[in-house]
Amino acid sequence: MILRRIFIWAAAAAFLLAFVVLVTNRIAVPLAPAGQEPVTGSLTAFDLSFYLLSGLAFIGAFGVALSRNVLHSAIGLLIALLGGGALYVLLSADFVAVAQLLVYVGGVLVLVLFAVMLTARISEVNISNTSFGIFGGLALFFTTAPVLCFVAVKTPWQLRANPTLVASTEAIGNEFLGRFLLPFEVASLVLLATLVGAVVIARKETRPE
Amino acid sequence: MHVSLAHFLVVAALLFCFGLVTVATRRNGVGVLMGVELILNAANLNLVAFNYYVVGGVSGQVFSLFVIVLAAAEAAVGLAIVLAIFQTFKSIDVRATDALRE
Repeated sequence: MILRRIFIWAAAAAFLLAFVVLVTNRIAVPLAPAGQEPVTGSLTAFDLSFYLLSGLAFIGAFGVALSRNVLHSAIGLLIALLGGGALYVLLSADFVAVAQLLVYVGGVLVLVLFAVMLTARISEVNISNTSFGIFGGLALFFTTAPVLCFVAVKTPWQLRANPTLVASTEAIGNEFLGRFLLPFEVASLVLLATLVGAVVIARKETRPE
Repeated sequence: MHVSLAHFLVVAALLFCFGLVTVATRRNGVGVLMGVELILNAANLNLVAFNYYVVGGVSGQVFSLFVIVLAAAEAAVGLAIVLAIFQTFKSIDVRATDALRE
Protein backbone atom coordinates (compact mmCIF):
# COMPACT_ATOMS: atom_id res chain seq x y z
CA MET A 1 0.00 0.00 0.00
CA ILE A 2 2.56 2.53 1.12
CA LEU A 3 5.06 1.15 -1.40
CA ARG A 4 2.60 1.71 -4.20
CA ARG A 5 2.08 5.22 -2.95
CA ILE A 6 5.83 5.85 -2.89
CA PHE A 7 6.03 4.64 -6.50
CA ILE A 8 3.29 7.08 -7.44
CA TRP A 9 5.17 9.89 -5.72
CA ALA A 10 8.35 8.90 -7.54
CA ALA A 11 6.65 8.95 -10.92
CA ALA A 12 5.03 12.31 -10.26
CA ALA A 13 8.27 13.79 -8.91
CA ALA A 14 10.11 12.56 -12.00
CA PHE A 15 7.48 14.22 -14.18
CA LEU A 16 7.82 17.56 -12.37
CA LEU A 17 11.59 17.29 -12.50
CA ALA A 18 11.49 16.63 -16.23
CA PHE A 19 9.34 19.72 -16.69
CA VAL A 20 11.71 21.92 -14.72
CA VAL A 21 14.76 20.55 -16.54
CA LEU A 22 13.03 21.12 -19.85
CA VAL A 23 12.13 24.70 -19.02
CA THR A 24 15.59 25.43 -17.66
CA ASN A 25 17.22 23.94 -20.74
CA ARG A 26 14.96 25.76 -23.17
CA ILE A 27 15.38 29.12 -21.50
CA ALA A 28 18.71 29.00 -19.75
CA VAL A 29 21.02 27.20 -22.16
CA PRO A 30 20.53 29.51 -25.18
CA LEU A 31 21.41 32.43 -22.90
CA ALA A 32 24.64 30.83 -21.73
CA PRO A 33 27.75 32.80 -22.64
CA ALA A 34 29.98 31.12 -25.19
CA GLY A 35 32.91 29.14 -23.93
CA GLN A 36 31.11 27.82 -20.86
CA GLU A 37 30.11 24.50 -22.31
CA PRO A 38 29.31 21.97 -19.60
CA VAL A 39 32.04 19.40 -19.24
CA THR A 40 30.58 16.07 -20.14
CA GLY A 41 32.41 13.09 -18.75
CA SER A 42 31.80 9.72 -17.25
CA LEU A 43 29.52 9.48 -14.26
CA THR A 44 31.59 9.36 -11.08
CA ALA A 45 30.47 7.75 -7.84
CA PHE A 46 29.96 11.23 -6.39
CA ASP A 47 27.59 12.19 -9.21
CA LEU A 48 25.72 8.92 -9.00
CA SER A 49 25.16 9.18 -5.26
CA PHE A 50 24.15 12.81 -5.65
CA TYR A 51 21.47 11.93 -8.19
CA LEU A 52 20.20 8.98 -6.16
CA LEU A 53 20.00 10.92 -2.91
CA SER A 54 18.44 14.02 -4.43
CA GLY A 55 15.91 11.75 -6.14
CA LEU A 56 15.10 10.30 -2.73
CA ALA A 57 14.65 13.79 -1.31
CA PHE A 58 12.38 14.76 -4.22
CA ILE A 59 10.19 11.70 -3.76
CA GLY A 60 9.76 12.48 -0.09
CA ALA A 61 9.13 16.18 -0.67
CA PHE A 62 6.55 15.36 -3.31
CA GLY A 63 4.79 13.07 -0.87
CA VAL A 64 4.75 15.79 1.77
CA ALA A 65 3.33 18.31 -0.67
CA LEU A 66 0.64 16.28 -2.34
CA SER A 67 -0.36 13.31 -0.21
CA ARG A 68 -3.86 13.69 1.14
CA ASN A 69 -3.25 11.48 4.15
CA VAL A 70 -1.31 13.27 6.86
CA LEU A 71 0.35 10.05 8.02
CA HIS A 72 1.68 9.48 4.51
CA SER A 73 2.87 13.07 4.54
CA ALA A 74 4.85 12.30 7.68
CA ILE A 75 6.45 9.29 5.97
CA GLY A 76 7.27 11.51 2.99
CA LEU A 77 8.89 14.01 5.36
CA LEU A 78 10.98 11.15 6.78
CA ILE A 79 12.18 10.20 3.29
CA ALA A 80 12.91 13.82 2.35
CA LEU A 81 14.88 14.50 5.52
CA LEU A 82 16.86 11.28 5.13
CA GLY A 83 17.76 12.19 1.55
CA GLY A 84 18.68 15.75 2.48
CA GLY A 85 20.75 14.57 5.42
CA ALA A 86 22.63 12.14 3.22
CA LEU A 87 23.38 14.97 0.79
CA TYR A 88 25.23 16.75 3.62
CA VAL A 89 27.73 13.90 3.71
CA LEU A 90 28.57 14.58 0.06
CA LEU A 91 29.26 18.19 1.05
CA SER A 92 31.82 17.28 3.70
CA ALA A 93 29.37 18.07 6.51
CA ASP A 94 29.39 14.80 8.40
CA PHE A 95 28.50 16.30 11.76
CA VAL A 96 25.58 18.25 10.34
CA ALA A 97 24.34 15.06 8.69
CA VAL A 98 24.38 13.18 11.98
CA ALA A 99 22.73 16.10 13.77
CA GLN A 100 20.03 16.16 11.11
CA LEU A 101 19.50 12.43 11.57
CA LEU A 102 19.25 12.71 15.36
CA VAL A 103 17.26 15.92 15.62
CA TYR A 104 14.93 15.72 12.63
CA VAL A 105 14.45 12.05 11.95
CA GLY A 106 14.69 11.02 15.58
CA GLY A 107 13.04 13.92 17.35
CA VAL A 108 10.93 16.16 15.19
CA LEU A 109 9.36 13.36 13.20
CA VAL A 110 8.34 11.50 16.34
CA LEU A 111 6.87 14.77 17.57
CA VAL A 112 4.94 15.18 14.32
CA LEU A 113 3.61 11.64 14.51
CA PHE A 114 2.59 12.26 18.11
CA ALA A 115 0.67 15.34 17.08
CA VAL A 116 -0.98 13.45 14.24
CA MET A 117 -2.04 10.61 16.51
CA LEU A 118 -3.26 12.93 19.24
CA THR A 119 -5.21 15.33 17.10
CA ALA A 120 -6.64 13.53 14.09
CA ARG A 121 -8.82 10.58 14.82
CA ILE A 122 -7.50 7.73 12.71
CA SER A 123 -10.85 6.99 11.13
CA GLU A 124 -11.05 10.49 9.67
CA VAL A 125 -7.37 10.81 8.87
CA ASN A 126 -8.16 10.71 5.18
CA ILE A 127 -10.18 13.88 5.19
CA SER A 128 -8.10 15.71 7.76
CA ASN A 129 -5.54 16.88 5.25
CA THR A 130 -7.52 18.43 2.44
CA SER A 131 -5.90 21.20 0.47
CA PHE A 132 -7.42 24.17 -1.27
CA GLY A 133 -6.73 22.74 -4.66
CA ILE A 134 -4.09 21.00 -6.65
CA PHE A 135 -4.21 23.69 -9.29
CA GLY A 136 -3.25 26.49 -6.94
CA GLY A 137 -0.34 24.43 -5.67
CA LEU A 138 0.81 23.49 -9.16
CA ALA A 139 0.60 27.11 -10.30
CA LEU A 140 2.69 28.18 -7.32
CA PHE A 141 5.24 25.45 -8.05
CA PHE A 142 5.50 26.19 -11.75
CA THR A 143 5.98 29.90 -11.13
CA THR A 144 8.52 29.60 -8.32
CA ALA A 145 10.69 26.65 -9.28
CA PRO A 146 11.89 27.77 -12.75
CA VAL A 147 12.86 31.20 -11.41
CA LEU A 148 14.88 29.78 -8.53
CA CYS A 149 16.51 27.15 -10.76
CA PHE A 150 17.34 29.80 -13.35
CA VAL A 151 19.06 31.93 -10.71
CA ALA A 152 20.94 28.94 -9.32
CA VAL A 153 22.17 27.80 -12.74
CA LYS A 154 22.93 31.13 -14.38
CA THR A 155 24.68 33.06 -11.63
CA PRO A 156 28.48 32.94 -12.08
CA TRP A 157 29.41 31.69 -8.61
CA GLN A 158 33.00 32.25 -7.49
CA LEU A 159 33.88 28.66 -6.78
CA ARG A 160 36.72 27.53 -4.57
CA ALA A 161 39.50 25.62 -6.27
CA ASN A 162 39.47 21.91 -5.50
CA PRO A 163 37.14 21.49 -2.55
CA THR A 164 38.04 18.33 -0.69
CA LEU A 165 36.21 16.20 1.83
CA VAL A 166 37.57 16.66 5.34
CA ALA A 167 36.22 15.64 8.72
CA SER A 168 34.63 18.72 10.25
CA THR A 169 33.60 17.76 13.77
CA GLU A 170 36.70 19.04 15.52
CA ALA A 171 36.63 22.35 13.66
CA ILE A 172 32.93 22.78 14.48
CA GLY A 173 33.62 22.19 18.16
CA ASN A 174 36.37 24.78 18.15
CA GLU A 175 34.12 27.30 16.41
CA PHE A 176 31.28 26.69 18.85
CA LEU A 177 33.49 27.32 21.86
CA GLY A 178 35.41 30.14 20.20
CA ARG A 179 33.98 32.52 17.64
CA PHE A 180 30.34 31.39 18.06
CA LEU A 181 30.30 31.03 21.85
CA LEU A 182 27.63 33.69 22.42
CA PRO A 183 25.16 32.32 19.82
CA PHE A 184 25.80 28.84 21.19
CA GLU A 185 24.82 29.88 24.70
CA VAL A 186 21.85 31.88 23.43
CA ALA A 187 20.70 28.77 21.55
CA SER A 188 20.74 26.80 24.79
CA LEU A 189 18.58 29.50 26.40
CA VAL A 190 16.22 29.32 23.43
CA LEU A 191 15.91 25.56 23.87
CA LEU A 192 15.17 25.97 27.57
CA ALA A 193 12.52 28.60 26.86
CA THR A 194 11.06 26.33 24.18
CA LEU A 195 10.85 23.43 26.59
CA VAL A 196 9.00 25.48 29.19
CA GLY A 197 6.85 27.23 26.60
CA ALA A 198 5.75 24.03 24.90
CA VAL A 199 4.70 22.54 28.22
CA VAL A 200 2.82 25.70 29.21
CA ILE A 201 1.00 25.92 25.88
CA ALA A 202 0.10 22.26 25.48
CA ARG A 203 -1.10 21.41 28.98
CA LYS A 204 -4.76 21.52 29.87
CA GLU A 205 -5.96 24.81 31.26
CA THR A 206 -6.33 24.67 35.03
CA ARG A 207 -8.09 27.60 36.63
CA PRO A 208 -7.24 28.59 40.18
CA GLU A 209 -10.46 29.00 42.14
CA MET B 1 28.08 17.24 -16.53
CA HIS B 2 29.82 16.95 -13.21
CA VAL B 3 27.93 17.76 -10.07
CA SER B 4 28.79 21.19 -8.77
CA LEU B 5 27.30 23.99 -6.68
CA ALA B 6 24.45 24.67 -9.11
CA HIS B 7 23.17 21.10 -8.80
CA PHE B 8 22.86 21.37 -5.05
CA LEU B 9 21.24 24.79 -5.38
CA VAL B 10 18.67 23.39 -7.80
CA VAL B 11 17.88 20.54 -5.40
CA ALA B 12 17.48 23.02 -2.55
CA ALA B 13 15.31 25.27 -4.71
CA LEU B 14 12.98 22.41 -5.60
CA LEU B 15 12.75 21.27 -1.98
CA PHE B 16 11.94 24.87 -1.07
CA CYS B 17 9.20 24.97 -3.71
CA PHE B 18 7.67 21.74 -2.44
CA GLY B 19 7.71 23.19 1.07
CA LEU B 20 6.13 26.41 -0.16
CA VAL B 21 3.38 24.48 -1.92
CA THR B 22 2.79 22.47 1.24
CA VAL B 23 2.49 25.57 3.41
CA ALA B 24 0.22 27.28 0.91
CA THR B 25 -2.17 24.42 0.19
CA ARG B 26 -2.51 22.61 3.51
CA ARG B 27 -5.40 23.25 5.84
CA ASN B 28 -4.07 20.85 8.43
CA GLY B 29 -1.92 22.60 11.05
CA VAL B 30 0.51 19.69 11.26
CA GLY B 31 0.83 19.66 7.47
CA VAL B 32 1.74 23.35 7.46
CA LEU B 33 4.47 22.66 10.02
CA MET B 34 5.83 19.86 7.82
CA GLY B 35 6.09 22.35 4.95
CA VAL B 36 8.02 24.74 7.18
CA GLU B 37 10.42 21.93 8.04
CA LEU B 38 11.00 21.28 4.33
CA ILE B 39 11.72 24.96 3.69
CA LEU B 40 14.22 25.13 6.55
CA ASN B 41 15.87 21.96 5.28
CA ALA B 42 16.28 23.50 1.84
CA ALA B 43 17.87 26.61 3.37
CA ASN B 44 20.22 24.35 5.31
CA LEU B 45 21.26 22.56 2.16
CA ASN B 46 22.07 25.92 0.57
CA LEU B 47 24.19 26.95 3.55
CA VAL B 48 26.19 23.73 3.53
CA ALA B 49 26.62 23.77 -0.25
CA PHE B 50 27.91 27.35 -0.28
CA ASN B 51 30.19 26.49 2.61
CA TYR B 52 31.70 23.58 0.71
CA TYR B 53 31.98 25.08 -2.76
CA VAL B 54 32.58 28.78 -2.10
CA VAL B 55 33.75 29.67 1.39
CA GLY B 56 35.57 26.73 2.89
CA GLY B 57 36.00 26.29 6.61
CA VAL B 58 33.02 25.38 8.75
CA SER B 59 31.10 28.61 9.38
CA GLY B 60 28.27 27.57 7.02
CA GLN B 61 27.95 24.26 8.82
CA VAL B 62 27.80 26.07 12.18
CA PHE B 63 24.99 28.23 10.85
CA SER B 64 23.13 25.19 9.56
CA LEU B 65 23.43 23.65 13.02
CA PHE B 66 21.84 26.78 14.47
CA VAL B 67 19.07 26.45 11.90
CA ILE B 68 18.51 22.84 12.95
CA VAL B 69 18.31 23.88 16.61
CA LEU B 70 15.82 26.65 15.87
CA ALA B 71 13.78 24.36 13.61
CA ALA B 72 13.51 21.83 16.42
CA ALA B 73 12.38 24.58 18.79
CA GLU B 74 9.89 25.83 16.21
CA ALA B 75 8.50 22.33 15.73
CA ALA B 76 8.07 21.79 19.46
CA VAL B 77 6.27 25.08 20.06
CA GLY B 78 4.27 24.79 16.83
CA LEU B 79 3.01 21.33 17.67
CA ALA B 80 2.16 22.46 21.20
CA ILE B 81 0.13 25.27 19.65
CA VAL B 82 -1.57 22.74 17.35
CA LEU B 83 -2.49 20.63 20.38
CA ALA B 84 -3.88 23.68 22.17
CA ILE B 85 -5.87 24.59 19.05
CA PHE B 86 -7.26 21.08 18.93
CA GLN B 87 -8.34 21.28 22.55
CA THR B 88 -10.04 24.62 21.98
CA PHE B 89 -11.63 24.25 18.56
CA LYS B 90 -11.85 20.42 18.33
CA SER B 91 -10.15 20.65 14.93
CA ILE B 92 -6.71 21.36 13.54
CA ASP B 93 -8.05 22.98 10.41
CA VAL B 94 -6.22 26.29 10.27
CA ARG B 95 -9.34 27.97 8.85
CA ALA B 96 -11.23 27.19 12.03
CA THR B 97 -8.92 29.28 14.20
CA ASP B 98 -10.55 32.65 13.75
CA ALA B 99 -11.18 33.75 17.32
CA LEU B 100 -8.81 35.66 19.55
CA ARG B 101 -11.10 35.68 22.57
CA GLU B 102 -12.07 32.61 24.55
